[in-house]
Order: sequence, then C-alpha cells, then structure tokens
Amino acid sequence: MSATMTEDTPAKGVVGTRMLRREDPALLSGEARYVHDLVVPGALHMAVVRSPYAHARVTSVDVSGALGMPGVAAAFSGADLAGEWGSAMPCAWPVTADMQSPPHFPVALNEACYVGDAVAVVLAGSQAEAQDAAGAVAVVYEELPAAVDLEDAASDRVLAHSDLSSNRAYTWELTPDADAVTRAFDAAAVTVKERYVQQRLIPAAMEPRGVCVVPQPFGGEYLVYSATQIPHILRTMLGITAGVPEERIRVVAPSVGGGFGSKLDVYAEELLCLVLSRRLRKPVRWSEERSEAAQATIHGRGQVQEIELAADTDGRVQAVRVRLLADMGAYMQLVTPGVPLLGAFLYHGVYDVAAYSFTCTGVFTNKTPTDAYRGAGRPEATYAIERAMDALARKVGTDPAEVRRRNFIGADKFPYASAAGLLFDSGNYEGALDAALELVDYEGLREEQARRRGQGASKLLGVGLSSYVEMCGLAPSRVLASLNYVAGGWEAATVRMLPTGKVQVVTGATPHGQGHVTSWSMIIADKLGVSPEDVEVLHSDTAVSPLGLDTYGSRSLAVGGTAIALAADRLIDKARLLAAHRLEVAPEDLELSSGQFSVRGSPSSAMALGALAFEAFTAHDLPQGMEPNLEASATYDPTNFTFPFGTHVAVVEVDAETGKVDLVRYSAVDDCGNQINPLIVDGQVHGGIVQGVAQALFEEAVYDDDGNLLTTTFTDYLVPAASEVPSFSLGRTVTPSPSNPLGVKGIGEAGTIASTPAVVNAVVDALSHLGVVDIAMPVTPERVWRSIGAAAPGTGGGR
Amino acid sequence: MIPASFEYRRAGSVEEALGWLAEDPDSTKLLAGGHSLLPLMKLRLATPGVLVDVGRIPGLNYVRDDGDHVAIGALTRHRDLEVSDVARGHVPLLAHVAGQVGDPQVRHRGTIGGSLAHGDPASDLPAAVLALDGTMVVDGPRGRREVQAADFFRGFLETALAPDEMLTEVRVHKAPAGWGFQKFNRRAQDWAIVGVAAVVNGDARVALVNMGPTTLRARATEEALDAGANIADAAARAAEGLDPPSDLNGSAEYRRHLATVLVRRALEEATAARG
Ligand SMILES: Cc1cc2nc3c(=O)[nH]c(=O)nc-3n(C[C@H](O)[C@H](O)[C@H](O)COP(=O)(O)OP(=O)(O)OC[C@H]3O[C@@H](n4cnc5c(N)ncnc54)[C@H](O)[C@@H]3O)c2cc1C
Repeated sequence: MSATMTEDTPAKGVVGTRMLRREDPALLSGEARYVHDLVVPGALHMAVVRSPYAHARVTSVDVSGALGMPGVAAAFSGADLAGEWGSAMPCAWPVTADMQSPPHFPVALNEACYVGDAVAVVLAGSQAEAQDAAGAVAVVYEELPAAVDLEDAASDRVLAHSDLSSNRAYTWELTPDADAVTRAFDAAAVTVKERYVQQRLIPAAMEPRGVCVVPQPFGGEYLVYSATQIPHILRTMLGITAGVPEERIRVVAPSVGGGFGSKLDVYAEELLCLVLSRRLRKPVRWSEERSEAAQATIHGRGQVQEIELAADTDGRVQAVRVRLLADMGAYMQLVTPGVPLLGAFLYHGVYDVAAYSFTCTGVFTNKTPTDAYRGAGRPEATYAIERAMDALARKVGTDPAEVRRRNFIGADKFPYASAAGLLFDSGNYEGALDAALELVDYEGLREEQARRRGQGASKLLGVGLSSYVEMCGLAPSRVLASLNYVAGGWEAATVRMLPTGKVQVVTGATPHGQGHVTSWSMIIADKLGVSPEDVEVLHSDTAVSPLGLDTYGSRSLAVGGTAIALAADRLIDKARLLAAHRLEVAPEDLELSSGQFSVRGSPSSAMALGALAFEAFTAHDLPQGMEPNLEASATYDPTNFTFPFGTHVAVVEVDAETGKVDLVRYSAVDDCGNQINPLIVDGQVHGGIVQGVAQALFEEAVYDDDGNLLTTTFTDYLVPAASEVPSFSLGRTVTPSPSNPLGVKGIGEAGTIASTPAVVNAVVDALSHLGVVDIAMPVTPERVWRSIGAAAPGTGGGR
Repeated sequence: MIPASFEYRRAGSVEEALGWLAEDPDSTKLLAGGHSLLPLMKLRLATPGVLVDVGRIPGLNYVRDDGDHVAIGALTRHRDLEVSDVARGHVPLLAHVAGQVGDPQVRHRGTIGGSLAHGDPASDLPAAVLALDGTMVVDGPRGRREVQAADFFRGFLETALAPDEMLTEVRVHKAPAGWGFQKFNRRAQDWAIVGVAAVVNGDARVALVNMGPTTLRARATEEALDAGANIADAAARAAEGLDPPSDLNGSAEYRRHLATVLVRRALEEATAARG
C-alpha cells in the first residue's frame, strides 16, 4: 500500500502504459456506425406524439388525420396497442416489498403523466413524413392538476397519478443502531444541519437514443439495433414485455455515443419498434431528436437532502443522519427507485463515523422519470457530506483540510467495516489529500486569498475541497439480492486463441465510449504474450456474446476485466497441459513468459502459445481426454464492491460585481487501484470532472409551475465546453483493491462524484468572509450576486 | 428538428435574388449563413415557402477601406471580419466583436448582413454597428437606399428592411481608438446575457445587447456623459428607462444591474484605449 503520488507506475508489459485507444481512429474518422447511420431498406420511421401536458386525461385519440398524410403507413393510439404487451414496462429494482409503481405502458392508455409521455405513434416512409403526420393526430386532453415541485408532491396535495392514493412510492431506511444515533446527537457539542437540493440534470449524451428493429426473413427472429448500454438486459426485458420468446431476439448495440446511465434502461421506443415490426412485418426505426431527448430520456439527480452531523468541539464527527426526498418522476424506469440506495451507504464519506442513519422517500411527480446518471446516488451522497464538512469546519473554526484530516478513516483501518454496513476494501485518504493540497499549493492559495480580501479586490478567490470514496464495481450478486435488485452482478468472458495465434475475446461488458477494447487487449497482451493489435474484442451483440450484464456503475474493469483475466488464466492452464504433453515434461516444470512455455532449467526446450493454439486446433496429438482448441470462459461474481477514493481541489475566482464564477485551477488526486491504462484513466477523470462542474455551475432541467420543461435546447440547457474549464492537474495514488486479482477499482464515475462539492465549496469559500454559507446549484452568476447582496447588504450584491 | 418543406433557390446575383423575392415577399426568405434562420425553421417557428440562398452571390464578401469609412459587404463572414486587417486597423471594435460571436463554427458561417437583418436584440454585431453609428445600404425593387443604424433596429426581430429588400453593404466610420466591448455570458459560446459596445470619440455612444426588444442605446448614460458626469455616475444610469427581458439566464433586475457594471467597464476600456 502506498500513499506517494505516482508518475505512472513503471510498466513491465503493456498494462500500465499510456497506449493510445484502439477504438479512436474509427470514432474520429467517422467510420464508426451509430444506429442512425444504418441503412435499412424498406424501414418505416416512427414518430411519437407526446403529451404537451404534465398531467391530463387522454379523452380521445384520432389518428385518421395522420393516416391521410403523404407516406404514412400506420398510426396507433395507446388503446390500439394495448393487446401487444406481455406486461407493463419493467422496473428491476422494487426496493421495498410495498413499493408503489403505477403501470407504465409505452403509449399511455388514458392518462398522460408528464410532458413527453407518449400518446400515439405514426409510421411513415421517412422521418420527415412521420413527423409531419404526427402533427395531424388529434388528441383530446382533459387537463389535470400536476405535481411538479418535489416537496409539494411529497405532501400529496396533488396526486401525480389519479389511481394512486399517495405520491410516496416507498420509504427505505438504513439505521443499523438507532439508539447510538440518538445518543450521539444528544451528547454532541456541535451539530450541523444542512439542506441541499440536487437539481435535475439532463444526461445529454453526444448521441441521442436510436432504435431499429429488423424482422429477419428466416426464422421469425428480430434483430434489434439500439443505442443502449445494456443489450443483454434489454433482450431479456424486451422478451418479457413484448411477449416475444427471448431466444428469438438478438440485440446489437452498434457504436454508441455515450450514455452516462441514460442508456441503462428499457425505453418505450425500444418496445414500440419491436412490437410494431412484429405487427407490420417491416423494419421499424426511430431516431431521437435533441429536444425530444430532453424529455423522453431519463433525467438524473432530483433530490432534496437533509443531512445532520453530530460532532465534538474539535469537529470530530460521531454520527451522521440523513433524510432524503427523491424525485422518481412520473414512472419507475429500470432502476429508478434504487438510485438513492447506491448512495445510501456513503453519506459519512471518507470519515470514521460510529453511528449512522439514512432514510429515503421516493416520490412521484409529473415530470420525466429519473434514473441512473453518472455516479447515481454517490455524487449526491458525496455532495451532502462534503458540503456539510465545510459547514462543520466553519462552525468549529477550523480549516476545511484540517477538519477532514481529523475525521479520516485511518490508512491502518482497512478493511474497514463502516457503520452503514459496508466493508471498505483499501484506502489511504489522508495520502490523497496531502497529494492534492501539494499539487495545488494550498498554503499559497490561502495566502493569496487573504491578500485579496485585505485589499478589497473585486475578484475574490475561493478554494474548495472534496474528499470522496465511492462504491463501484457493481456488484456482488448476494448483496444485490439483499437490496431487492432482481438481477445479479457477475460478468462473463471467453478467450479463444485462433489457429494463427490471434486472440478473440468475448466480453459481456458493453462499451459506449470508455475504451474497453483497448483495455481488454492490454490485459490479454500481457497474459498471453501477444501484441494488443492481435486481440479482437467481440462485444455488444447478444448473438456473439450471449452472456453479460453490460456496462454501468464503473463495473466493466473490476468485474468484466477480472472475468477476462480469469478466462485467460484458464486458457493458459489448458495450454500448459498441452505444452507439457508435447515437451514431455510435467506441467509444473513449465514456466510461462512472454507467451512462451519453457522448461525450467532448459530454456531451449520451449513452445509458444501460438504454436500450441495451432496444435490444439489440428487436434492431431492432444493429451488423452483433452478437447480441441484453446478456449476458456469465466464468469466472475465479485466478492465485494471496490472503493475508489481521492481528493479534488477546485479554485475559483468570483467577480463580486457580476457574480460570475471562473474556475481557474483544478487539481484531482484519484486512487482507482492499479491502472491498466493511465491515459484512459485521465480521460475518464477529465470528463467526469467537467460533468460534475456542470452540475455545480451550469446545468439544470428547469420546469415551470405547470410542469413544462423549459430547457429543451442547448441554448437553454448549458452543457459546459472546454472553454469553461482550466487545464486540470491530475495526480494519482495507487492502493490496489484486494477484492479482485487485477487490484483494480474503477474510475468511470469518480470525477463526477468528486467535483461538484469541490466547486460549490470553493464558491462558498470565496464569499464566506461576507457571511455566505450556501448557494443553490447551479451556482449561476445571478444567484451569486443575490447571495452576496443578501449576506452583505450595501456591498453591491442584489437581494 | 426537421423543418417544414420549402423550395430552395440559389441566387447568382443580387438582381436575381431581388427578382425572386419580389414574386412573393411574404413567404420568401433570404438565406445567408443560415445560423439564425435555420434554427428557427427547425423549430418550425419560421416556415418560409421559398428560400433564396444568397450565400454564393459573388462580390459581397469584402472589408474595404473607403477613405473616411470602412465598407463591409453583407456576405462577409464573422471570421473574415475578425481577421481583416482593414477592420482591425480602422474599426477594431467591429473586428473584436466579430470574434466574440458564438463559436468558431458560427463565425465561419454567419454573415454580418444576416446578423443585422435578423434584428435579434441578443446579437453582438448590431450593437457594435449602432455604437459606430453605421449606415446600412439596402437594395430593392424601388432602388437603393441608405438607412442609419439608429433608424434600422425597430423591434424584436424587426428592422427597417422591407420584405422585398436586401441589405448589401454596411458602412462604419473609422474609429481606431476609444472603444470598449463587454459581453457577459455563462459559457464562452453563448449569446450575451447583457453586452455593451461603447465608442468614445469626443461624444460617446453606448449600445446595449439584450436590454430590450431590440438593440438599444444607453441614452441616459450618453446624456450624463455629455453633461460632464464621470464614468461611474454615468454608468449607474445605464438601465434607465429600459425594460430588459427576464429569462433562464437572468432576471430583468439582474440585467439592469449588469448593464451598469458592464457599461462602466466598457467606458473605462474605451477611455483607457484612447490613452
Ligand atoms: C449556436 C449559435 C450561437 C450564436 N451565438 C451568437 C452570438 O453569441 N452573438 C451573435 O451575435 N450571434 C450569434 N449567433 C447568430 C449568428 O451570428 C448568425 O450567424 C447571425 O445572427 C445571422 O447571420 P446569418 O448569415 O447566419 O443569417 P441567416 O440565418 O441566413 O439569416 C438571418 C435572417 O436575416 C435575413 N437575411 C440574411 N441576409 C440578409 C440580407 N443580406 N439582406 C436581408 N436579409 C437578410 C434572412 O432572411 C433571415 O431572416 C449564433 C448562432 C448560433 C447558431
């Protein structure tokens, strides 16, 4: 275990090097093919007629106007399609036995429950014709009152569904020792009680969603192309929901342009294309438009958080108590109710806290359903505890870095059994903090801050810290069972060596931008002594990789990568037996190095894996009972989550006159255990940081009081670009995970989890001498200006 | 995001464009860079029956030194204006503002003629041209006419152009020094929440972006300066009499406040630049 920040650890082989991503030439040159790029002759294009009301009874739907329009082949209301469904749309995570989940159908039957809820579909020869005709469907609505604001919805003043008796879907509690919590708060010298709002976010993947279902001419099968993160889960769910035997569905995810969780779902349009292609015996396709995506694809976050800390006068935290309201939106999508649970265990963050209580109530509103979005539950948890730790530092009059230091789980305490019931695998939190502070010159910044304040400078400096730990590598199947999740968390892999010594790797993980092909080939290259270019990675097609649980929750490497490594080991075991047979020695006398088995002590007697692959293929001379070919499979079910951690430091300049916040410096020290490719880790951290900065400063899905989404274009929904962030200073410590043989943890979500509180803490820090203690996200210039005015009347700020 | 169907015609000359425009001015639209018109069409907020593409008419992309003024062809792309030596030398405000429009993609497609003719209060170039007291050269079936910038911007997306007319040239007085420009937005690529173009050459002209239905002058500030007020006091009156919009990026109250800060900064820049 090491706390020193590393330049890249010197690599013995390919693993650990900054190899350029193998998938990039195709992505950058336009050679990659996305669903929308597929040319499918004779396909019908689907347009979806969507409710313009947040909540309305659908009194009648008349599609006859659309049927008369040019190019239109068919049009259907919800009632027309009611007979197509084997069941309502799936929710795979009923978090409590008594959870409410109103039936959700791809086209609403008689009640539309958010702006964007489908009420009819039109099919035509081109996308333009379908969209023109969609405007000719006559729908009569009877508008109903809408539950828009989350806290108001929780009061049940207005019901989001007329057949529900309450908007409260469930209450889930995790309080291992209630007495201990009460005692800690009763005895606390200092308490902190904060309320934070996690605004809704629009995932805005670069590629919107797209589906194309092609009925196959022979065999009555369906080829489903979808821009999805989860072809395997999708296949099963499509089968159940559409009543098509699962083995007759093949799902292919072509190149997929990002997902961030938003493509970890089973969507109405996927189901519609399938059942309409069945009904019409024609290919049916749909490509989502950007504004459509803003309301028809899930949103992220959407919580009101209340967090309390009980501490002593030195700021040592004894207990954490959390109450959440979580906005489900109008329906439960695939894992909607479970998202807050992914954070439920982490509201004490990186701190050694003895007593813990967490309660979450999921609430329906008449808005787009929420679901997993990069970090899912963990950014929210980290935000709450890291903001609250700063509040605690202010209350006890200590530097934010110091208050963190006093509370860290010590490096000597791992594996650490948390009060919330997790076993943190490994960590050195203070090491990462030290490294991050050094990288950013923390002392120097504090001096500069004091200097500017002393001079009354109009550009105020703020420094914000965020020390985080997250649980990822989803997930041990038994733990998922205890959380009521209806699937497991394993991952499957096959490694086969072809007669020419090339390697095929089949993975159940589903890349959509992360670089799996590169990482998997690097792991195999070192294991089998081939070059990464000689490794072909097959993925994202249920016919080619029939077993898999796909990509989300920073699981691909820790779970899927481990499966790859285990399958390679098994292949090597078999090859060893064959080599021993051919070299006429005992298997134990062989050592493997750079893809070559040689006899210990007489290195001239050797056989390369490639040659063994050929021998195994010809099968002319195999040991008694050995099957031909070098191929092995493994399915890995992790024994624990992995727990990446680190500290991020944001430095902002706030223009006290206008309220504008400039992020001027940013340093991040992350620890994701061993790194397969530090370049890919950098990329994940970069994107993650910006996505978290986006929540802190820019993005919000804004609804008006009637439930209309106002931010449906990129003019109104502000996704930051490179020009909004500085060049990042990245550092890394390496504390391998003991839970998997690769010692890896996961880095896909870490940046997003860490950066949001770092940035908001920095803004509040810049203004703290004026008395500002909180600013709602996104921290817009106007909000900053108003909070300056409210905290310090007469300084020029507005109120 | 798919526009309603329309007929597309590509004009080879101003005469040809004007001829087609005259056939049915109310449902015909000129298409220059397309970066204001096409977004409206995709949202179906504009549904012209005929699009006359003027973008490839030769001879309308120039920045020319015409002695006491600089003449800019209507089809001059923002990027060409930004890097033009003539503009940088004689009207650096205009070159600078052109470089602040949107992002590189927008600057390589959008034209000054389109920007002015569109009459969007959130656009940057109209404010610059107004502060420079420019002149629009307009051609139409009734011949050529010239319109002062002060009379050109009429209201929200409304200018002095008649539906059958085309803007062909913009003329601005040389103003090599004494200018300032402030654009306040949340992301570098965004439209201004509030913007200010100031020219101080003897008298002061201060034009505002996004402070009302159209590009406006900060008259109260200008009058105060004329009357001898210092910059801070004059700038404090920047929003007087104005009724700026409220939207997701800022309330009217905040815009009023921003105007006072940004006008002060632009005037300070302008006087500092004058030396
Ligand atoms: C993402 C994005 C960001 C942007 N950001 C900014 C910004 O920050 N600041 C800013 O100022 N602008 C911004 N713009 C607008 C951009 O500058 C436009 O290019 C410009 O406003 C219009 O010029 P155009 O040549 O594209 O006009 P077009 O879109 O082709 O036309 C606009 C209108 O003017 C008419 N028209 C065009 N040329 C003439 C002519 N010669 N005579 C008469 N009528 C004519 C058209 O019929 C149409 O009604 C942005 C645009 C986009 C898409």
